[in-house]
Amino acid sequence: MKTIYTRPKCLKPAPFHYCPGCGHSIIHRLMCELIDEMDLQGRIIGIPPAGCAVLAYNYFDIDICESAHGRGCAIATGMKRARPDKIIFTYQGDGDMAAIGTAETLHAANRGEKITSIFVNNAVYGMTGGQMAPTTMLGQKTSTSPYGRRPDVEGYPLKITDLIGTLPGAAYVTRTSVATPAKILATKKAIRKAFEVQMAGLGYSLVEVLSPCPTNWKVSPKDSFIYLEEKMEKEYPLGVMKDITTKKKDS
Amino acid sequence: MAKVRKGIEVSIAMADAVAQANVDVIAAYPITPQTHIVEHLAEIVANGELDAEFVPVDSEHSAMSVCCGSAAVGARTFTSTSSQGLALMAEIFIISAAMRLPIVMALANRSLSSPLSIWNDHTDTMLVRDAGWIHIFVENGQESYDNIFTAFRIAEDPEVMLPVAVNFDGFILTHMIEPIEYEDDETIAAYLPKFQMKNTLHPDHPVSMGCFGMPEIYTEAQMQRESAIRESYPVILKAWDEWGKLTGRHYRPVETYRTEDADYCIVTMGSYGETAMEVVDSLRQEGEKVGVVKIRLWRPFPNEEFCRAVLGKKSLVVLDRAISFGGPGGPVASELRSALYQKEGAPVIVNTVAGLAGRDVSRNDFRKIILEGKAKAQRGETEGFDLYGLRG
Ligand SMILES: Cc1ncc(C[n+]2csc(CCOP(=O)(O)OP(=O)(O)O)c2C)c(N)n1
Ligand code: SF4
Ligand SMILES: [Mg+2]
Repeated sequence: MKTIYTRPKCLKPAPFHYCPGCGHSIIHRLMCELIDEMDLQGRIIGIPPAGCAVLAYNYFDIDICESAHGRGCAIATGMKRARPDKIIFTYQGDGDMAAIGTAETLHAANRGEKITSIFVNNAVYGMTGGQMAPTTMLGQKTSTSPYGRRPDVEGYPLKITDLIGTLPGAAYVTRTSVATPAKILATKKAIRKAFEVQMAGLGYSLVEVLSPCPTNWKVSPKDSFIYLEEKMEKEYPLGVMKDITTKKKDS
Repeated sequence: MAKVRKGIEVSIAMADAVAQANVDVIAAYPITPQTHIVEHLAEIVANGELDAEFVPVDSEHSAMSVCCGSAAVGARTFTSTSSQGLALMAEIFIISAAMRLPIVMALANRSLSSPLSIWNDHTDTMLVRDAGWIHIFVENGQESYDNIFTAFRIAEDPEVMLPVAVNFDGFILTHMIEPIEYEDDETIAAYLPKFQMKNTLHPDHPVSMGCFGMPEIYTEAQMQRESAIRESYPVILKAWDEWGKLTGRHYRPVETYRTEDADYCIVTMGSYGETAMEVVDSLRQEGEKVGVVKIRLWRPFPNEEFCRAVLGKKSLVVLDRAISFGGPGGPVASELRSALYQKEGAPVIVNTVAGLAGRDVSRNDFRKIILEGKAKAQRGETEGFDLYGLRG
C-alpha cells in the first residue's frame, strides 16, 4: 500500500486546542508540510502571538519564541539581524498585527527586514472572546459592536496588507484564504514563496490568510467557510499586492 | 436604575456602576479578565442607555492616551485593563497622574508574563505602585460596585484631581456572580456631582499640560505630586464616609476583623480578606487569638491608621500576592516593615507569598500560613519571605 497522506514530521502528535472549524489548525498543518518539504526544521524559528495561536509551540516541532501581543516583527528583526542564516517567521492574528502591533509591523516591512509574517485574519479578537478588531467588517456584529460595526463611529476595516504592499521594503505581499481546498493549496504556495523570498534575501514577505472563526462569528464550522467566501473575501479581495520577483522577470 | 439587590456577575455590576456614574468617555482594549466590563459598556452605549463615547482603541497605550485627552478637556473618563495591558500603558499611566487627570480605572488584577498567565495575583498592580495613582483594593462584588462611585468622587474632587485605580481580583471577582445591592440613580446623582474641572483646556482660560521640566523645576513638580496624593487622604475618608451614610456600607483605609484582643494578625489585600475572616473565625474557636488586618487603601499608604491597627500585637503574618525579585520581601510586607520600623510596640513580620497566577489558596492553606507564620515569628525567623506551596 502506498502512503499518500500522513502527519507532517514537524507537526507534533498533540490534539489541537482550536475550536472545530478554526482556520488556525489548517494553516498550522500547511506550514508544517512546507517546513518538511523545504527541509527547514533545523533552521527555522517561529514567533507566535498573543491570540488563539499562543500555544503554537505545542504543535510546531521547531524552535519557537513567544511574543508579547503585537511585538512579533520587532522580535523577528532582532533574531534575523543577529542570525541571518535562520528563517524567521511571525505568526500573527489580526488584532496582533493590525491593532496593537501595527507600528512595528509597518516599520519592519519598511526597513525591508528579511523576515516572513503569516497574518491570520479572522476579523475579530478571537482569543479574548470575539471583540471588534480594526479588521472587523462593516455591519459585522461582535461583542463590542453589538449592532454591527458603524463606519462613522468605529471606522473602516483596516487593510494593513494593502498598506504594506505600498512600502518599498516589502518584497512579497499577498492575501489568500482557506475557504476551499483549492484556496488552501494556493495559500500553501504563497507561504512557500514567502519563505523563498526571505531565503533569497529580497526583503519582507507577508501572507495574509483569511481564516474562519466559527465560534465568534457564531456560525457553524460549515457555514463559516461560506461566510469566509461570501463576506470576507468581498471585503478583502484575494491576490498579490506586491511581488518583486515578477517585476524583475518583466524588466 | 432603581435600588435593587440582584445576583449578577461582578464585571457587569461594575460596568453598570460606570454607566450610573454617567461617564462621558470610555476607551479600552480587551484583555482577559477585564473583557466583560468593557463588552457590557459597549453594549450599554450601543443601546443608547448611556450617552458616552466608547472608543475601541488599538492598544492599551492608546487607551490611556485617549483617556488623558478626554479627561484633559473635562470629560468623566473610565478605562479598564489587566496585566500586560497595564504594562503596555505604563508610560501614559504615569503621565496621567502627573497631569492630575481624574481618570478611573477598574484594574482586574492578573499576573504578568512570563510565563504567560491569565490568572489572578497582584504582580500587575505592583508594577505601577509608585506611579502617583490612588489605589483602592476591594474584596467582593459589592465593594467593587460601590468603589466605582467613590473612585470618581475622590478623583474629581478639586482638592485631589488624581486618577484612581479600583483593584479587584481577576476571575475570583471579575467572573463571579454575587448578590449586589444597586443604588438608585438619584442616590448616585446626589453623591457624585457633575464633573466640573477647574483647569480644563479651554481657549478662554489657557492652560498647559504635561510640560517639559528642567532640573530647576523637576524636583518641585515631583513634590507637588507627592503633596497631592498625601493630601487626598482626608478627601478619601470623607468620600467613604458619605457613601457609608447614604448606603450603610462603610469603608476605611485599613479594616480590621477580630483584632481588638488578638495577639497576632494575618494581613491581606483584595479578595483573600474574605477567606482570612472565615479561617480566623474557626481558629478563634480553637483558642487562637488571631485577627485580620486588610489594607484597602494602598496609595496613599495609610501609615497612621495601619500602625494604630497593629501596634502592640506580637506578630503579623503578611500575605503577598507578588514577588519583588531580589527585594527584601514581598512588596506589601516590605512596606509594612518600613512603616513599623523603630515604632514602639511594633509586631514582628513574617511574610508569605501565595496564590501566584491563580494558584488556589484554600481555607486549609490559610490555616497553615497563619499557624506556620505564628510559629516562625515565635522562633524569630522573620527575614525574607516564604513562597507558600512551592513544589519540588
Ligand atoms: C498588551 C496586551 N493587551 C491585550 C492582550 C489580550 N489579548 C490577547 S490575544 C488578543 C487578541 C487576539 O486577537 P487576534 O490577534 O486577532 O488573534 P485571534 O485570537 O483572533 O487569532 C488580546 C486582545 C494581551 N495579551 N496583551
Ligand atoms: S475562537 Fe476563533 S480563532 Fe480562536 S480557536 Fe476558536 S475558532 Fe479559532
Ligand atoms: Mg483575530
